[in-house]
Amino acid sequence: MHDRSADRRGVSALRRAGTLIGVSQVVVDVVLKPEISDPQGQAVLGALGRLGHTGVRSVRQGKHFVLEVDGKPDEAELRQIAETLLANPVIEDVELHLPARTTD
Amino acid sequence: MRIGVITFPGSLDDVDAARAVRLAGAEPVSLWHGDHDLKDVDAVVLPGGFSYGDYLRAGAIAARSPLMQDVVAAAHGGLPVLGICNGFQVLCEAGLLPGALTRNSHLHFRNRDQGLLVERADTAWTTAFQQGQRIVVPVKNGEGRYVAADADLDRLEGEGRVVVRYVDGNPNGSSRDIAGVTSADGRVVGLMPHPEHAVEDLTGPSTDGLGFFTSVLTAMVAA
Repeated sequence: MHDRSADRRGVSALRRAGTLIGVSQVVVDVVLKPEISDPQGQAVLGALGRLGHTGVRSVRQGKHFVLEVDGKPDEAELRQIAETLLANPVIEDVELHLPARTTD
Repeated sequence: MRIGVITFPGSLDDVDAARAVRLAGAEPVSLWHGDHDLKDVDAVVLPGGFSYGDYLRAGAIAARSPLMQDVVAAAHGGLPVLGICNGFQVLCEAGLLPGALTRNSHLHFRNRDQGLLVERADTAWTTAFQQGQRIVVPVKNGEGRYVAADADLDRLEGEGRVVVRYVDGNPNGSSRDIAGVTSADGRVVGLMPHPEHAVEDLTGPSTDGLGFFTSVLTAMVAA
């Protein structure tokens, strides 16, 4: 019997490695602007203190997006996607991480 | 007078908003987020709820829905638009109103009757009130903390764009106790509290909320 789940695992392993033919992996990190308070990060910091990790001074919580795009990434288009949908520029900053090279 | 109420996937208070429209003396018209059809309504209400489960950011996905493109275009042409709670979040995400709504500073969902100070009684949605009037309507949100850069807040205050401000306690940590703001032309208003839940003695803490819905009828007659 054909094991389809093994196929899916295989594909996802390839995708994680960023070696799927003709596909590039682009990572977008979204973080709250420094002047916007982050109560969720503060709650995490409080929990860390209760766990004895007193050396952690600050926690800022953000979002991490992994996009798989066909072919060579268009930086301008991806920046637009990041700045107009993935992040709200009123409260958030974006960091766009393009792959060093695209597999063809 | 026909007032449209938009339903997004995850809207909760569209039926209450339609009921408030009817009690105010207008005809509620159901609008669907996926259509490109405003059905020739004279004004639009974006109701509360959790459109798209608050995925990405509250209101973010709904703000990019097909019908919202028509709402944005019509609002720029003067169509009165009221955003309540999630509707306010959608209007900020759509760029019709300044600022953003973020997680409450204390991280708790806050559900209570809330005192508000009406600071603008001349927008399309607030002429039924007196400037400086105190009203009570329910507030219920987890991401209602209004924020904007200090310079933008100063500009909004200078332009008189704060419509309602929290009194007797700030329920979510909003900057400068801001509960609702308006567009430069006073036609688009967004607020976190729920006026549609304060329209009848039987179910609300007051009937103060009805004023938002009767105001727009006057605004449309005057327009």
